[in-house]
Amino acid sequence: MSERADGPTTWALDISDVSAGYDGHKALEGVTFRIEPGCLAGLVGPNGAGKSTLIKIVLGMLKPWSGEVSIFGRAGKPRPGSVSYTPQVDLVDWQFPVTVSDVVLMGRYGGLGVVRRPGVRDREIAASALERVRLTAMADRQIGELSGGERRRALIARALTQQGDLMLLDEPFAGLDAAAQHDLISLFQSLVTEGKTLFIATHDLSCVDEDFDHAVLLNKHVIAFGRPADVFTTESLNEAYDRHLMVVRSGQSTYIGL
Amino acid sequence: MEGIIDFFREPWTFEFMQRGLLAAAIVSAVAAIVGSLVILKGMAFIGDALPHASFGGVAVAFALGESLYIGGGIAALLTALAIGFISRRGVIRNDTAIGIIFVGAFALGILIVSRQDNYTGDLFSFVFGNVLAVSWNDVWLTAAVAAFVVLIVLLFYKELLFNAFDPTMAQASGIPVAWIEYGLLVLLALVTVIAMQTVGIVLVVALLVTPAATAQLLTRRLSTMMLVGAAIGVTSSVVGLYVAWYADVSASAAIVLTATAAFIAAFLFAPARGAVWRGGARDA
Repeated sequence: MSERADGPTTWALDISDVSAGYDGHKALEGVTFRIEPGCLAGLVGPNGAGKSTLIKIVLGMLKPWSGEVSIFGRAGKPRPGSVSYTPQVDLVDWQFPVTVSDVVLMGRYGGLGVVRRPGVRDREIAASALERVRLTAMADRQIGELSGGERRRALIARALTQQGDLMLLDEPFAGLDAAAQHDLISLFQSLVTEGKTLFIATHDLSCVDEDFDHAVLLNKHVIAFGRPADVFTTESLNEAYDRHLMVVRSGQSTYIGL
Repeated sequence: MEGIIDFFREPWTFEFMQRGLLAAAIVSAVAAIVGSLVILKGMAFIGDALPHASFGGVAVAFALGESLYIGGGIAALLTALAIGFISRRGVIRNDTAIGIIFVGAFALGILIVSRQDNYTGDLFSFVFGNVLAVSWNDVWLTAAVAAFVVLIVLLFYKELLFNAFDPTMAQASGIPVAWIEYGLLVLLALVTVIAMQTVGIVLVVALLVTPAATAQLLTRRLSTMMLVGAAIGVTSSVVGLYVAWYADVSASAAIVLTATAAFIAAFLFAPARGAVWRGGARDA
């Protein structure tokens, strides 16, 4: 069945000719790209480019109209929970009465099945995920008492307890200051060295350009994918952002902004 | 000293007061538990809409000579499912759909009542509540429904918590969020039915929202919020019934206003979160 034996490895994520949308409205058209295992990959594109749609498809929350999605060689509709996931922070109610460790434990819920409660093993996994993101001391705090950077790390700890090898993160940098952002990137890089594959939707092109291994530039279709330096050409960016972006390269650093 | 003891003991020497206390305590406890989920999901308006809509069913049952509970229950369930269905379609705004449906059902109730020639006192006890008129049968029915609701919340606590906190992630994890949403609406309909007799249609939302909101100011976990909310509800029932007994005022109004007073106290003086301390911190 799987005729794609051309790659040296199984792809962490292999999207092939995917089209999708809502209510007859097309959001993605003929999207094709691959991400190799053990890398830090960015998903970038303007608002309305279909990033959220693509994320839903990879998570198995939305069925594509056509095309194929395969995660670590497993084709078909992705199993819910097989991909670790972190939603956008503004989708989360931070005033909600839950502690940090409650939130992290939620990553185990999907795998438990209805009615079953998390057990000792689930709590151990949650505790080690909290330790991994250096939040053990905060375990009993109400989630809203955390700082912006700590909130991201709590959500990442929750994604870690899902134990997927592919992690999908939606806008983890939004609203963070530079120090918190660098802290998060070094956490991502160390997760990659531990064998995780991170696929991160972000608006921060400069950060992808400097620190990521791969980039997918999306605007309804894939405009370019590969190494960031090859993807973020003036030509491609102009196509994706309709000439609204400015690219400044100076030495090692790149600034891409509106 | 004996005077004080008599003061506290006197109301409960009457059986209708004992029945009233049991019914009010059970209802306010279970309303706070479900109400915790209701306020965290921003569903307070639905909590007001279901009791009003159920009045349509109560009136139909009254006209047909059937059980008012069953009539109200069916109307509340149908309304809950209709709201769930319409809001999932996303054609019109959720709160608009709720407004249309519940006022329609309530108006139907008024229409039917306006054609009734016989005594409608029973109906008005559903509108304004008459906790001191509950029978032992009412108390047992209330206890059975409340026990069922609590059992469901215990069984599906994990799903209810996850869906209330982070529905996107819950859905991505394979939690059947649509079923959980409908299930919560059904629980709300059940609480509505048993709460109507106690506090009346217009005050049900107070039992759902006020003790739970008070508890949210005092706790940092959903499970403790539910327990503290239930305790506040039960305490409000006891205090409210004393006030009703000695001041000779409506029991349901006294229960609700006691809960309101508790909320105001927590809003002002809750540790760290009270307006008084926060106001001071902002000035500093």
